Parts: sequence; C-alpha cells; structure tokens
Amino acid sequence: MKSSAAKVCNLRKVYAGNGGGTAALDGVSFDAEEGEIFGLIGPDGAGKTTLMRIAATLILPDSGTAEICGFDAARDCRRIRQIIGYMPGKFSLYQDLTIEENIAFFAKVFGVRKEDGIEYIEEIYRRLEPFKKRLAGRLSGGMKQKLALCCALIHRPKLLVLDEPTTGVDPVSRQEFWDILQNMKKIGISVLVSTPYMDEAARCDRIAFISSGKILKTDSPQNIVAAFPKKIFRASGGKMFELLKALRGSGLAESAYSFGDSCHIVPKCGARIEDLKKCLQFSAGNFSVAEAPATLEDCFMELNSGERNRS
Amino acid sequence: MIRFFYLIEKEFKHIFRDKFMPKLIFAVPIIQLLILPFAANFDVKNINLKIIDRDNSALSARLAGKLSASEYFAASYGKDSYEKEFSGIENGTIDIILEIPKGFEKGLVVSKNSQVLISVNAINGIKGGLGASYAGSIINDFSSGLFADSAAAQNSKKIEILSDYRFNPYLNSKAFIVPAILVFLISLMGGILSALNIVSEKELGTMEQMNVAPVSKTMFIASKMFPVWIIGMAVLTIGMAVSYAVYGLFPKGSFLLIYLFAAVYLTAFMAFGLIISNISSSAQQAILAFLFFIMIFLLMSGIFTPLSSMPNWAQKITLLNPVRYIVEAVRAIYLKGAGFSDLRAQFFAICAFSAILNTYAVASFKRSSS
Repeated sequence: MKSSAAKVCNLRKVYAGNGGGTAALDGVSFDAEEGEIFGLIGPDGAGKTTLMRIAATLILPDSGTAEICGFDAARDCRRIRQIIGYMPGKFSLYQDLTIEENIAFFAKVFGVRKEDGIEYIEEIYRRLEPFKKRLAGRLSGGMKQKLALCCALIHRPKLLVLDEPTTGVDPVSRQEFWDILQNMKKIGISVLVSTPYMDEAARCDRIAFISSGKILKTDSPQNIVAAFPKKIFRASGGKMFELLKALRGSGLAESAYSFGDSCHIVPKCGARIEDLKKCLQFSAGNFSVAEAPATLEDCFMELNSGERNRS
Repeated sequence: MIRFFYLIEKEFKHIFRDKFMPKLIFAVPIIQLLILPFAANFDVKNINLKIIDRDNSALSARLAGKLSASEYFAASYGKDSYEKEFSGIENGTIDIILEIPKGFEKGLVVSKNSQVLISVNAINGIKGGLGASYAGSIINDFSSGLFADSAAAQNSKKIEILSDYRFNPYLNSKAFIVPAILVFLISLMGGILSALNIVSEKELGTMEQMNVAPVSKTMFIASKMFPVWIIGMAVLTIGMAVSYAVYGLFPKGSFLLIYLFAAVYLTAFMAFGLIISNISSSAQQAILAFLFFIMIFLLMSGIFTPLSSMPNWAQKITLLNPVRYIVEAVRAIYLKGAGFSDLRAQFFAICAFSAILNTYAVASFKRSSS
C-alpha cells in the first residue's frame, strides 16, 4: 500500500454570512496516493477551491482533518508549505516583474538555488525562455499558467496543488499542460488538481466527483465508466431544444441532456432504441439515434441527479 | 535573514518599475513646500479700511493719513452715511469702518478727549481681531504723539509695552509652518503608502502565493514596510533641502535629532497605515479610511492652528494623536534649537505609539481573506 500525498477526512467548512451559510464542504473524505494525479471534478461552486485552499494550509476547516504528505494541515502548516507547490485559480504572480525575476524571487524565498530549480522545471522553462525578459502581466493566458507552474515547482515540492489550472486557457495549451503534469508524475511529484472539465478528468489517475460540498464517488476514470449501470443512447441532428423537449415529454428517458452537438439519453428500464426512434419521429424531424459508450460526464450527471433526488 | 533581503529587493523593484511612483516621491515634497507655506499664511495684510471723516480738520486728516500709510490697511475714504457704508461690511467688501465724528479736533484741543468709532467685520475672526488691534494701536500711537508735545503728558506716568518676540523675532509665519509641513509630508507619504501596501497584494491575488511561501508574518510585514520607511526619510531630506533653499530655514538644533524623531515617528504612523491596509479589502476602502483619519490627525495636531486655542476636551484628545508630538518636537528643534533632553516626553510618547500600533498591526494581519 502506498502512502498518501493528501488525505482528508470528514472535512466541513461553512462560510458565515450569505443567508445563514450553506456548507461549502459537507463531510468530504478522500485519499490521494503518492505519485498519482488525483483529480477533483465538479461544477463551479461545488467546493473545489475551498478544498484546495485547505490542502494548501490557507484556511482551516470547521471540522475534520487534512493530512498533507504525512503532516497535519492545521498544526504543521510551516512544514507543509515547504513541500507543496500551490497554484491558485487566479493568476497570482507579480505582474510587474519579468518571467525571470518571478522565478528567481520564488526560488530565493523558498531558499533554493535557482539553477537547481531550473533543472527541475527545464521542460516548461524552455518554452518560456525566449520571453524571459517580458513582464508577467504582458503574457498570454497559456504562458502565465506555465510561469505559475514554474514558480510552484521551483522548490521541488512533493505535492502540487493546482486549483483549476486550465480555466481560461486555450485548448492547445490545455493539452500541453496535461502532458507536463504526466511528466511531473514521472519524476515523482504527486498532483492534486481540480477542474470543471470532464475531458481533463479522463487524464487523471483517480478522480473524485464533487458536487454541493459532497464527494459523489472516488475511483479511477476507467472504473467509474465501467461501473456505469445503464445504457446510453445518443441522438444527433435536428434542433437540440425540440429534441430535448420531445425526449423529456416522451416518458421513455430517465434523463436527457445536451452533450456537445448531440444529446445523451439515459433510457428508462426496458425502453429500447426502437421505441425512442418511433417516438421521436413524430415530434422532432430529422435525426439519428444510436447506442453510445458511457463517458465520465454521463457518470457525473447520473451520480449528481441521484444525489439531488435523495436530498 | 537573507530572505528578508530578497523580499526588500522585490519591493524596490515594484516601486521603481512603477512609472508614477518615483516621480511622486520627489514631486510631492517640493510642490507642497512651495505652495502650502504661502497658502497657510497667517499674516494679516490688506485689510480693507473705510474711513468716514466727518470732522474734516487737520487732526482728523493726520489720523486718517497715519492709518492709510500702514501696510496692514488698504484704506479708502467714504462720504456716505455710516449706514450706507455699513452695507460694505455686510457684503464683505469692507473689513473695518473708522468713523471720525464731527468735533473730533475740537474735543482734542479743548478737553484733550475725543472718540472715534471702529466697526469690524468679524466673519474672519483672525483678520477682524488683528485688524481691530492694529487700528487701535495706531490710534493710541497717534494720541500719545499728540500729547508728547504738551507739558501735561510729560508729567503723566506712562506704561509702555515693548514686545520681544522670542524664537521667531520677525513673526515670520513661514518659520512656523514649514517645519510642520515637513511632518505633514512624511505622515502623508508614509501613511498612504503603508495603507495601500498590503491591500494591493490582496487585490492582485499575490497575497495568496506569498501566504504559502515559508515567510513569517513579521518578516513579510517588515519587508513591505522597510521601503516605505526609506521613502519617508528621503522625503524628509528633500523637504529639509527645499525649506533651506527656498525659505532659508535651517534647524537651530541638531539634524540628527530630527532624523531620530522622524525615524521613530514613521514606524508609528506607518503601523497605523498598515492597520488600515489589513482591515480593508480594497485599495479604495483603504484610501477612504486613511483620508478620514489623516484629516483628524492633522487638524488636531497643531500644524495649522495652535493647540492652546482648542477647547479643553479637544486638547485632551490631541494627547492621543501621535502627530501632535512630532510637530512639537520638529518645531522646537527648528525654531528653538531644542535638544533631546528638552523633548524627552515627546520622544517617549512617540515610542509608545510605535510599540502599540506595531503590535496591533502585526496582530491584525491575517493570512487568509476568509
């Protein structure tokens, strides 16, 4: 059994104010193992940032414990700060310093030689090097994010805590960013990352779905997809709005939601693809229906609606 | 400790990379010292005096001439009735009316006694009060000059008051106001830069990154404050140079003592700015809060108006104002040449403010915004 990089147990956090305060975290537990990319997947407002900030020792939970690389987040915050690299969701480096100066500054503050650190981040830094004299405030979104990653890595942390690192970043840079994270894993850095994007979830080793401050499920993406209990039909063509209306009115679908340019249907027990086709012929014109493999998004929607029905 | 040096290096980069800031540091003391001493001028000159001479005699003309020759008054002669001229006071074009009644000369010659009427517009209390007393002393002078010739006057015993103005013999109000403006300058620069200091890191989000860095609270605050302190001392130096170059003012006491006072005072006032910075969540809030407090601090410090003319309760409040002590000290060093032993009370008061405010500033600094 591997030791854990981030282990949280029954975390609760309620922010005061805002109408009596709904819980941002409502009994969250998970265990991210050393050397894996652990993804926290959930919509905006699910409590991801709160959880990340607790892991980064920036706030204390109301109850529950967080253990980062074996240290208690409440008591040993100083030690934890030396061994984690934290990248907040909002770009938070000095915009009036250059790339080079930002990296040098964080190296010095953490007490490492810049040269040692540079080796560690070489792959990323190579892409930034042509612009090293440019002020951080004048960089594009993708470059800012790479610079932030450099600064978070410069002191050779054991665990990277990344709060929505790819929000507002173009698709190519996002791909690149995840390639970099895969490489981090190779040199033995554990990664705790939060994201609202399902396509990124698939690139994690293990993920935890989070919604309204509760963890819905924790497992590897493959296992989660494999465990999806129902069939999925995919309908495409025609007008999305009418399609969804017809499906929801038909009584055949347990749920139906748009999925890119098509729509996914979770059929009710016993409903066959022919029934669906027949029903839709009358109402929504030209389209095709076929069975499709379940995706992580289907799993999340299913888990989330189950949770909502219960509460 | 080496980290502290890096943090300060970073702060100076912020300051000098800012296009506006270095200019501000030089321009503010120079401009303020060039403008404010003239604006905050308490010398009363050009008092509008209307002379209504009903006597039209040689003596009345002599009195009127004596008054209009004074540099304090801008005199003009009125021919209308007193009531009509009085409307000038009502609409603010006349400050003082002097009416010399009919029979003025006759009264003086026959009974050695006569009267004139002085009406003063006291909307501006200082101008009115000083104007009336200037006019009064000129008239006294006139009357004693009259009787100087007569034998009766030689016999009568007279008490003459001769004033000797210590420390500022020519009653130059600039000598009084310029040292205070030096204090005003370092308070303004030190206070406002500290008030913006922490809150700007909060606004930019960089606070978040610094919070996870292994830098202690005290070290972080000290690194943010140290450059402001340097700027404050630089502003003081520039200010003293300007006051020598422009007004020829040079401290009678020791330069080092001024620096010593300023050095400790800055730590106290910067801690005050820092407290505002800690409790504000935006730069806008910080600026508004700072403006509110600095108005009270400055107006209740004796910079512009003497503390002794404030009501008793207000004087008690000024005991809680750190600016009061430094103004007293800097003025005493500049004008009287006071030494440390004369200003011990002020020095310890400022030290106490610094200790209390700094302790509270560090305590009120929170790592996270929530």
